[in-house]
Amino acid sequence: MALTGLQIFKLLPKTNCRECGFATCLAFAMALAVGKTSLDDCPQASDEARETLGAAAEPPIRLVTVGQGEYAVELGGELVLFRHEKTFYHPTAVAIEVRDDLPEAELTERLHAVQALSFERVGITMRINSIAIRQTGSDSASFVKTVELVQANSPLPLTLVTQDPGAMRAALAIVGSKRPLLWGAAEANWREMTALAKEYGCPLVVTAGDLAGLSSLSEQVTGNGYKDIVLHVPAKAAGDVLRAATAIRRMAIKKRFRPFGFPVLASVGDNRDAYLAALTAATCIAKYASMIVLDTVDPAVVLPLLTLRQDIYTDPQKPIQVQAACYTIGNPGPDAPVLVTTNFSLTYFSVGNEIESSRVGAYLVTVDTDGTSVLTAWASGKFGPEQIAEALEKTAVGEKVKHRKVVIPGYVAVLSGRLAELSGWDVLVGPREAAALPGFLRSYTAN
Amino acid sequence: MSFELHREKFPCRISEVEIGAGVAGNGQRFLQVGGASTLPFLSFDGPSGHLPVIGMEVWDVVPELWPAPLENIFGPVAGDPVEWARHCAQEWGAEFICLRLRGADPELNDASPEACATLARDVLDATGVPLVVLGCGNDAKDNVVLQKVSETCAGRRCLIGPVTSDNYRTIAAAAMVNGHLVIAQSPVDVNMQKQICVLLNDLGVPQTQIVMDPTTGGLGYGLEYTYSVMERVRLAALQGESSLALPMIVFCGFEAWRAKEAKTGPTDGVVQGVAWEALTAGTLLQAGADMVVMLHPEATRVVREHVKALAGGEMTL
Ligand code: B12
Ligand code: SF4
Repeated sequence: MALTGLQIFKLLPKTNCRECGFATCLAFAMALAVGKTSLDDCPQASDEARETLGAAAEPPIRLVTVGQGEYAVELGGELVLFRHEKTFYHPTAVAIEVRDDLPEAELTERLHAVQALSFERVGITMRINSIAIRQTGSDSASFVKTVELVQANSPLPLTLVTQDPGAMRAALAIVGSKRPLLWGAAEANWREMTALAKEYGCPLVVTAGDLAGLSSLSEQVTGNGYKDIVLHVPAKAAGDVLRAATAIRRMAIKKRFRPFGFPVLASVGDNRDAYLAALTAATCIAKYASMIVLDTVDPAVVLPLLTLRQDIYTDPQKPIQVQAACYTIGNPGPDAPVLVTTNFSLTYFSVGNEIESSRVGAYLVTVDTDGTSVLTAWASGKFGPEQIAEALEKTAVGEKVKHRKVVIPGYVAVLSGRLAELSGWDVLVGPREAAALPGFLRSYTAN
Repeated sequence: MSFELHREKFPCRISEVEIGAGVAGNGQRFLQVGGASTLPFLSFDGPSGHLPVIGMEVWDVVPELWPAPLENIFGPVAGDPVEWARHCAQEWGAEFICLRLRGADPELNDASPEACATLARDVLDATGVPLVVLGCGNDAKDNVVLQKVSETCAGRRCLIGPVTSDNYRTIAAAAMVNGHLVIAQSPVDVNMQKQICVLLNDLGVPQTQIVMDPTTGGLGYGLEYTYSVMERVRLAALQGESSLALPMIVFCGFEAWRAKEAKTGPTDGVVQGVAWEALTAGTLLQAGADMVVMLHPEATRVVREHVKALAGGEMTL
């Protein structure tokens, strides 16, 4: 039975050292009682406390690692149902499926395509996390051969998709030391699969057709002493995927229902309409899948999905910001344009990237707006003529150029007059969207 | 541990709102939205209300700098909003039309209130589906324009707005007198959303005549904030905050196509802009969107099908 906040509090050091991020041990205990933090966050907790707290100290959803080294990916470890309650911690891992009946040339082509699915966004690299190799026939030889080829040509952690313990064992003989995800165990084969997972120390996907079945299979596997598991319900309709994942997450967090205290894998690959498959995948990212498997390498589908993952998994408490400063882009000379924007990372990178792609050297002055966007900052008085004039002054950008012309975002055209008055600079109103900057800058420098 | 499904029971229900005048025999269709007593599509918890409705946006002016995938489709009709709207309703399956009166902006075309109102009525007559009418964002002008629209379309139960805490009296009063509904807008803020709804209630606007616009952010451009604000609004409503127990409208097409990635991505095969728009909508559906305003016909189609897939399924939990 779960412990109350006070019961937990009695077991803590009561030093209020704040290392857990909470102001007091009591606050930490209260949060732990409702599953919003994990005992791991208190470095001072005694072994005795850990032992006494037992299940209450365990995070409501286990953290499971797939792969190793630089490309390892962590699944689960979530503490809340809604990101505004704290944050979501471990972004949904995205795997791309390859079948073992693909001709070798097509396979390597697909692997290259996966490798190319890497995108810079807001200064962060977004990419694919795993290759899922699916056995299609009963022949384990082609499965093993595909596993060999994939591991020779891709650094990504593998997900081995076969229900046949023989094929799984043969594949593990090759890649077993690399912590692939074994997918997996079902009613008929769970004993052999669990034994293999134990032997190689690999995480294991446990699959059942409905939640009751999943609950008892999860108990059987964990009762057998193996806990690095991932839950899977093979639902097809988007609604079923959503409802199953929600029920699992909710019971794990609110009810501390141990059989569901594991990350969830959702497969969304078999939809013929690429947009509909993407929509199901998006639903899984928002609602509780720790891993999804896609059957496409089309960047037009993958980029939006990875962007969505970044959105959902940013910490809602802290906007990502850059330092307020004068940034040099390209090789600006004394006639180079000077532009201003805010220090919200998204805004800064949107603008910076466009200036860069225009190939016009420029100075970009970022105003400290507490990491808020242009209009948000303007509406809250953080990106007004005063602050912009001050930033121009403070960064001494005027010493780098021999003109006095500054370009402001099109959305805040209204502040031009006052800014000109305050700063003594000529104010040019730029386009509204950064995407129009290259054209703007090219005609600007032409004059 | 034996398995027993945990069901969430909320004390409050989202109000049910009817848009469009469903007078029998006049051919005008109407829509019911709202009514949920669960989080979106979680039908195992209880009645999850009417399915979200998917409409399409039409502009009164030809948009400048339109990305190719939109230009290709709308190019032939963009100069004629009535024809554009008719296509949306009759060929692309829009369940409602959202007419954005950008041209009313004094800095754009400064279109007259009369011209705007006539256009709104023509769109209503040509399409036969319910109509949402948006002003241009200039408070003073919107007051006269939307008042005129309300009068000219009297009795057709249009959804008109937005109104904000700073500017609501004139528009809301005109909408009520003429039997319309209003959009209560707030800037990504739960408390401000509550404030405008309470102000409208105080003015005498019934819960059945308000739809909330908690502000939409496009995928990768503020979605993470607007998603969570909507989720908080919906949770607060279900848990008993009755002033927020209203349907929500989101403008996915408009916001998504502003994104650079929508404009510049591949336009062959899967069109990145369409995916961008569809995913913006698909995600906000999970946050509680009841009315989804789209731009591209293909994105409209797939989101409509996705709603069906979310409502469907055969698994018993
Ligand atoms: C997310 C969001 C928030 C988030 C903040 C996110 C953040 N870190 O900034 C939160 C929820 C906290 C928020 C709060 C508020 N918000 Co806000 N918010 C938004 C939202 C949805 C998206 C903003 C965004 O992220 N845009 C993406 C970035 C990249 O855009 P951007 O900075 O403008 O940059 C683009 C261009 O401006 C251009 N650009 C940028 N720099 C430059 C420079 C040059 C030289 C050029 C040429 C171009 C250029 O390039 C970029 C890409 O195209 C918008 C509505 C919307 N859909 O846009 C409202 C919005 C901006 N918010 C608004 C308001 C009013 C507020 C509040 C003041 C409301 C309140 N309570 O009090 C608060 C302020 C809180 C505070 N004290 O700071 C209003 C502003 C109204 C107005 N026209 O003035 C908006 C428009 C919503 C609305 N319709 O009412 N907000
Ligand atoms: S880290 Fe541990 S000891 Fe320190 S305040 Fe937090 S709970 Fe107390």
